[in-house]
Amino acid sequence: MKLQKFPRFLAVVILFYAVIEILFKLDVVNGYLLHIINLSLIYVILATSLNLINGITGQFSLGHMGFAGVGAYVSAALSTLVFKLSPSKPGDMLVFVGCIVAGGLAAAVVGLLIGFPSLRLKGDYLAIVTLGFGEIIRTAFNNLDVVGGPRGLLGIPKFSNFTTIIIASALSVVVIRNLIQSSHGRAMLSIRENEVAAELVGIDTTRYKVMAFTFGAFFAGIAGGLLAHLIQLAHPTQFGFIKSVEVLIMIYAGGVGSITGSILAAFGLTFLSEGLRLGIRSLADATGLPIGGEWRMVIYALLLIFIMLFRNEGLMGTKESKIIELPEVE
Amino acid sequence: MSAPLLKIEKLTHYFGGLKAVSDFNFEIPEGSIYGLIGPNGSGKTTTFNLITGIYTPTEGKISFQGHDITGQKPFRIVHRGIARTFQNLRIFGNLSALDNIRIARHYTTRSGLVSSILRMPSFKAEERQVRKEALELLDLMHLSHRATEKAKNLPYGELRRLEIARALATKPRLILLDEPAAGMNPKEVDDLMHLILRIRNEFKVTVFLIEHHMKVVMGICERIKVIDFGETIAEGLPEEVKNHPKVLEAYLGKRGA
Ligand SMILES: Nc1ncnc2c1ncn2[C@@H]1O[C@H](COP(=O)(O)OP(=O)(O)O)[C@@H](O)[C@H]1O
Ligand SMILES: [Mg+2]
Repeated sequence: MKLQKFPRFLAVVILFYAVIEILFKLDVVNGYLLHIINLSLIYVILATSLNLINGITGQFSLGHMGFAGVGAYVSAALSTLVFKLSPSKPGDMLVFVGCIVAGGLAAAVVGLLIGFPSLRLKGDYLAIVTLGFGEIIRTAFNNLDVVGGPRGLLGIPKFSNFTTIIIASALSVVVIRNLIQSSHGRAMLSIRENEVAAELVGIDTTRYKVMAFTFGAFFAGIAGGLLAHLIQLAHPTQFGFIKSVEVLIMIYAGGVGSITGSILAAFGLTFLSEGLRLGIRSLADATGLPIGGEWRMVIYALLLIFIMLFRNEGLMGTKESKIIELPEVE
Repeated sequence: MSAPLLKIEKLTHYFGGLKAVSDFNFEIPEGSIYGLIGPNGSGKTTTFNLITGIYTPTEGKISFQGHDITGQKPFRIVHRGIARTFQNLRIFGNLSALDNIRIARHYTTRSGLVSSILRMPSFKAEERQVRKEALELLDLMHLSHRATEKAKNLPYGELRRLEIARALATKPRLILLDEPAAGMNPKEVDDLMHLILRIRNEFKVTVFLIEHHMKVVMGICERIKVIDFGETIAEGLPEEVKNHPKVLEAYLGKRGA
């Protein structure tokens, strides 16, 4: 096998995994830092999957975390309430994987149900419908006593760790990347570029919009499930509008339509967000001023304005790095 | 004579109170090059939009190869074998010229989602084939050097050719060209006329075109329909139409064109 035939992306992922594991063993990376890396990897899934809907297919979804919420609650209800899984029991890891996939599938079904009626709407109208959907999902969790209502679903077993999360994250990126870089992906791109022209070269635009929504929702559901089993909690506020906007900012910061950009922005903004959280807290402690974590969102919003004004293409524009992009089949 | 490829009966379309197309009847036999002319705003583009399913006609019937296609979704009409270009270009600007063409070939591909995502050998073989065909079409249009260029960076004349190539990539039986010579210089117009003849002769695609450029219309169209304010004012061979009093009036007369 020729060296350049070895998939570059896989090589980078393995290298990243090995380096972090070694640094963790050497105590250079502590538990807190590893947690932020895990969160970043989960945001990689959320951002790339939203990018499939908003960036590649050119739709405007504002309720992405609603799908993540479905995945989180369904997988956690299964693992915690139905199967009562425990990380210390040997076979339970496999069942956990099943729970996560079930959460993703449930989110995909919801995506499909929302997609069919609402994807006839364009632009702003679609944004409003998806926003409404996200809030409905959040309110539903808030009022469902089986899953804890406003307290949230507690005591979720901690199955998510660096290994499970990086595997899920890399797989998600590969599947979405391979989809985009196929004839089906080009069909989705054509909708973003010019919907009328897409339809008039034979693309069933409704089918591909629904497909993008369903795929996007599936992976958001996977990410939600991983998150719930990482922080051992599923809470309605994690899946509200503000959280969806955070993911939206990621894809704009990274470049709408660029998977590479989404990955970089997911890491960059997750770290920035944690940095701001710490910074604001120590500022409040030092000065005694009543400033809280909400200021993070102000800085986030300013960042978005900054991006729109000075680099409205985002970090990458629509470009991909050679690590993500597949060579043409010659 | 065999059944016409495209048959339009009593086609009428209103935009609110405006009658944009009125009692339009036309038959296009397989293998012909027919033209549609008329002053600006006379309803030519609207007629193409009705044939391709962008609008559903208020009245009338459109049949293609004997099938009633009236009111069908645009992509289904493409699958039946009707392709078109646009008066105001509609390209996929941020995608390469090659991708613009490959997208038009998409509906005739067979690889499913699973084999595409797993990049199975069958998927790769098909990708190779699609790429080869797309490059051949680019070559035919003298656009090979632009294959990897973002379409929006191409000059106007090349974009017109790219749109024709893209339409051909859907493997049509009938192609509708909406003012293909618009904005072209005399040399480009001559090349375009040769190209249209090749499309008909080599690809066996029937051509129905809208054009203001009289050299093109009179030079290659076998039969011409003239409309004004949505109404048919003349129809016939080029020389019959050219000197028809109503046509002269519509073009040179009262409206001071
Ligand atoms: N979508 C539309 N809504 C309302 N009026 C339209 C629409 N499209 C075209 N028209 C009107 O219909 C008439 C015919 O337009 P069109 O078919 O574009 O003319 P042509 O292509 O012959 O120049 C014009 O008066 C135009 O303003
Ligand atoms: Mg017109």
